[in-house]
Amino acid sequence: MGFEKFGAVSFTTETKTADFVTYLEKGQVVASRCKKCGRTYFPPRADCADDFSSEMEWQPVQGKGKLMTYTIVSYGPSGFENDTPYILALAEFPPGVRVFGRLDKGIPPEEIKVGMEVVVTPVTLAEGKLSYQFNKA
Amino acid sequence: MEKSVAIVGAGQTVFSRGCGQSVRELCFEAFREAMDGLNLKTEDIEASVICSAPEYDKQRSPAGVIAEYLNLVPKPTFYVETICSSSSTGLRVGYALIKSGLHSVVAVVGFQKMSEISSREAAERMGRGGDIMWESPFGVTMPAGYAMYARAHMAAYGTKPEQLARIRVKNSSYGALNARATFRKALTEEDVMKSAAVTLPLKTYDCCANADGASCIILASKEEAARIAKVPIWVLGLGAATDSTTLSNKKLYTGLSCAREAARQAYEMAGVGPEDIDVAEVHDCFTIAEMMAYEDLGFARSGEGSRLIDEKQTYIGGKIPVNIDGGLLSKGHPIGATGGSQLRTIVKQLRGQGETGQVEGAKIGLVHNIGGVGIYGNVTILGR
Repeated sequence: MGFEKFGAVSFTTETKTADFVTYLEKGQVVASRCKKCGRTYFPPRADCADDFSSEMEWQPVQGKGKLMTYTIVSYGPSGFENDTPYILALAEFPPGVRVFGRLDKGIPPEEIKVGMEVVVTPVTLAEGKLSYQFNKA
Repeated sequence: MEKSVAIVGAGQTVFSRGCGQSVRELCFEAFREAMDGLNLKTEDIEASVICSAPEYDKQRSPAGVIAEYLNLVPKPTFYVETICSSSSTGLRVGYALIKSGLHSVVAVVGFQKMSEISSREAAERMGRGGDIMWESPFGVTMPAGYAMYARAHMAAYGTKPEQLARIRVKNSSYGALNARATFRKALTEEDVMKSAAVTLPLKTYDCCANADGASCIILASKEEAARIAKVPIWVLGLGAATDSTTLSNKKLYTGLSCAREAARQAYEMAGVGPEDIDVAEVHDCFTIAEMMAYEDLGFARSGEGSRLIDEKQTYIGGKIPVNIDGGLLSKGHPIGATGGSQLRTIVKQLRGQGETGQVEGAKIGLVHNIGGVGIYGNVTILGR
């Protein structure tokens, strides 16, 4: 339980990675890292398929990331009808952690450029739900 | 070049919205066309593979009712799914059933009746197309996924929205001639450029439309093929590969890595290269998807797909005619039926029976069929 608090629309309640939400509450976006082989995962995983280990630790996604690509969505699926337009984006953070999420709506479209620097920050949505977004660095 | 499994029959319905037919009736119509003119009785079909994307189906386990309606019982039937490439996966399964010696004649039936669900239900399903744990909570859609590829392609290579529009212009010019296409209006570059934003940089006319329809491919072993059909079309090469569903784990954003790997396998198996392909059907669910297919299939180098369309090299008479039946952009995209429809178009071309134009003397054709936002890549090479 607990993971249903992640995002405006959620389809998952139980997962061994539910602590991701606890970290959002504490103001951090985290990736998971395999203690055995050191591989970092985003989206976070509870299990490392490289060496069949479930010994994972949380690792903050921090520093300046680079915007890899984005789209401005005008037609959203159920639950997002009143949210459009919104911006979906991919950004890469050191040391090569790729994160999918929303880009701050407040950035004028002409200022958005592939390659621009961003930071990732937790955000609180309606009804106490939690998420994260990319802001201009 | 191995000739051990052939397509002996290929059929499809009209692709449309509001077809006035049930799923089983659509499948029957495609099956009837596939069987037309063959020296083959229904009871000699030893197995059937039924293909669709289950999220659009009302019927649980559709294989049984379809096999019953087509008179294919008591022979084995079962269901396969890779979303938009389900019937190419069906072809691969059928090929394996024959090549293994388990069966000698197999029917592959693909269908989708997307109008069975309401637009509200469709919007709900649209939101579950990506990774439901880590992407759906942000409001991701399939068009948004492809739009992110389009933006990355533009940033890396300077590809222009006008160049994507030219792909729609080409496909709509052939779609206007296709009596089985949902969208039959020839569009201008201006029409496409002025269409409403869906998920920028993709606009309405950069996107294909939902449709209802069915397709059917009949496969036979080498021993049976010559007896059943006058002109068997051989499956020379098969390729299939999978990339991550989550966008953050994709290997590439300027092309589909699953398509590149599937193409590599198919070319290797067929012993041919991109330069040997006379005509191709590629998965143009969005204009950017066709642009990337030019590059992923080796028709153009990475970043040079736009030149291919600028120079009209993918029209009939060009270097490599692509989607000369109008593509998904014109025909519409009844998910589970699409791969079978693409295969049918190439079979027609290789038999010299092109319906929307003929590539003269076409001997080798290719089908590129993708499931999801670059998740399942399928490439099939056919020859006379």
